[in-house]
Amino acid sequence: MSTSQMKKATKTIAALAAGVALASSSFAAFSAEKLVIESWRNDDSKIWSDVIIPEFNKSHPEIEVVFAPTTPADYVPVLNAKLKAGTAGDLITCKPFDASLSLYNKGHLDSLNGLDGLENFSDVAKSAWITDDGANPFCLPMASVIHGFIYNKEIFEELNLSVPKTESEFFKVLETIKSESRYTPLVMGTADQWEAATMGFQNVGPNYWKGEEGRKNLISGKDKLSDPQYVKVWEHMSKWGPYMGRGYEAQKYSDSQNLFTLGRGAIYPAGSWDISTFNTQADFKFGAFYPPTPDGQDTCYISDHTDIALGLNSAGKNKKAAKTFLTWMASKEFASLYSNQLPGFFSLSDHKIKVKDPVAQEFLSWRGQCKQTIRNSYQILSRGEPNLENELWNVSVQVLNGTMKAQAAGDQAEKSLANWYKPHQ
Amino acid sequence: MTTIRAKKAFPWHIIFFLGPGLLIYLTVSVYPLLDTLRLSLYNEEYNGDLTFTGLSNFSKLLFDVVWSDPFWNATWNNLKFFVVHMLIQNPIGLLLAVLLSSPKLRMRNSYRTLIFLPTMLSVVIIGFVWQLLLSPLWGITENFMWDIGLGNYFDAWLGKESSALFTLSLISVWQFVGLPMMLIYAALLSIPDELIDASVVDGSSAWQTFYNIKLPLIMPTIGMVSILTFVANFNAFELIYTVKGALAGPNFSTDIMGTLFYRTFFGFQLQEGSLTMGAAVATLMFLVILVGVALYLFLFQRRVQRFAL
Repeated sequence: MSTSQMKKATKTIAALAAGVALASSSFAAFSAEKLVIESWRNDDSKIWSDVIIPEFNKSHPEIEVVFAPTTPADYVPVLNAKLKAGTAGDLITCKPFDASLSLYNKGHLDSLNGLDGLENFSDVAKSAWITDDGANPFCLPMASVIHGFIYNKEIFEELNLSVPKTESEFFKVLETIKSESRYTPLVMGTADQWEAATMGFQNVGPNYWKGEEGRKNLISGKDKLSDPQYVKVWEHMSKWGPYMGRGYEAQKYSDSQNLFTLGRGAIYPAGSWDISTFNTQADFKFGAFYPPTPDGQDTCYISDHTDIALGLNSAGKNKKAAKTFLTWMASKEFASLYSNQLPGFFSLSDHKIKVKDPVAQEFLSWRGQCKQTIRNSYQILSRGEPNLENELWNVSVQVLNGTMKAQAAGDQAEKSLANWYKPHQ
Repeated sequence: MTTIRAKKAFPWHIIFFLGPGLLIYLTVSVYPLLDTLRLSLYNEEYNGDLTFTGLSNFSKLLFDVVWSDPFWNATWNNLKFFVVHMLIQNPIGLLLAVLLSSPKLRMRNSYRTLIFLPTMLSVVIIGFVWQLLLSPLWGITENFMWDIGLGNYFDAWLGKESSALFTLSLISVWQFVGLPMMLIYAALLSIPDELIDASVVDGSSAWQTFYNIKLPLIMPTIGMVSILTFVANFNAFELIYTVKGALAGPNFSTDIMGTLFYRTFFGFQLQEGSLTMGAAVATLMFLVILVGVALYLFLFQRRVQRFAL
């Protein structure tokens, strides 16, 4: 190598080194204020990146926020893998109760004690993301979802039907749709399994087990899943089969959404989060009614489930910026933005906000008419093996498919709960 | 000649050439396997700490009904999955290979490519396409069956407890039938024409030629295809996961060892994942495959006759 060549080589290396140094330092400056949000709500990513984050940047331009969702079914496994490897984002979307509590116990989430803005949430709102002793809240509550039935108003008008209030009215409406039209009366499938428990069991169930009262008795062990009030829920569901579409055993959640938004089905057992999907896809008017009460029962009960919250990754690098973001999320501004951009997710904060979407308003109005409860399998009862939530999916699907009797479903669910849960032994 | 000259130089080149491959093999294959075996002997506390518990994970998995029922159910389903492949995929593969190797067949390369095509597609695509085809809502299968007069027999096969596993097995057969076909086809091509000619001259029929000449010669390949099928089936996961999800419904009728492992290791919905229990399931999967391969080696591989061609 001649000296000139040598010089050239040295220069190149120096330039490269400088380049690398520059790149890494600028990267460091860049990442100091960058927040990544882990979430399972991939349906919402457009709203986050186009509306919510720009709104946050108006007041905090120095913090860059990235919404990085995974598909719902993969969220828990992917998140756990990322947390173990130390590559998870700064903010973690929390499932209610035990799943997130276990993340806190393993040291993956920070306690949010003393966070500005936490005072805007009631104890009920916080109850899903707090340690058993009530000392350490570990996620900032975002929203709850309400269950009910969404119906196609045009089909109801065409067949001259009115909204059913009681169970027998409900089945009369279904029978009319079945015998007098070609529409699918009840739009739901059992292929994905979770709808059977979530939109079926947890939707119509609270009316039978008397909401919070029954849920607490189940936790204390006073009531058993094989008791009549639970078996009646599965008995009710066992009558759904004939009104569900042909081949509903192989119908997936997305199939059901399409079937309803194409106007081929009349009644859709829903979670309020479906509203935003239907708003963009359905070109007909739709409304909602709460789960019909058993005949002769005056009080109605609805599932108003504390569903989603945001926690702080204890291994995150930008905790200060993350806390700023969480505090902003506790503001009235965010509550109003979130509830209106994603109708069907109802803010859990104490701020008085106005929800503009008519169907979301309908769902909200039930809070005044009915007693509220949350899904009974989420608090404490899914801590062991086999897990009650998965068990409810399984037996509810079998009841809907007609391969299991209601009493057998109750017996099996009770047996698996009693297997590990002391108050039921 | 001096003693120094007689002593061979250390064969550095062997290390040089083996090194990179060996290193990759050790780090991404041997180490994870050994660490899985180690992890299966521990228990994960609620705060994430690991404590040594010996064989307790295995005794739980095999004798505690909460774990043993799903485990044996998955093993049994996996066996059915394998039997369908052995009884349907491999014979069809053999048949296709024999047809392809027939000298009278025209456009043989097109057939070969078309039949092999699904094997190269992603399982996710296969699962999606077949779900659409078989969907009672949007699928074309129902109309097709009415057209050929079998409409009454159409059902939501993928959703029924009685038929879901068999349907999924057939989808998998459809996808992978190209592999045994290719391997057996290659073996058939390597049979010298003289042998075939000689048997024809000796007056044997086409069937006799196949049964007495070709089949014994491709037996080692068929053995290899069988063991590959066994290993692939007991490691299967993607198709079931894509079509039925990790809960492998209805009522776990499509649950195989791969999906059971996924649920146990990564967790599902509210079920928490367990590193150590997952490792125990993985270890048992490894043992099942190990026993299967060992049986094959001792009972088949050592007895099969090989012919120098």
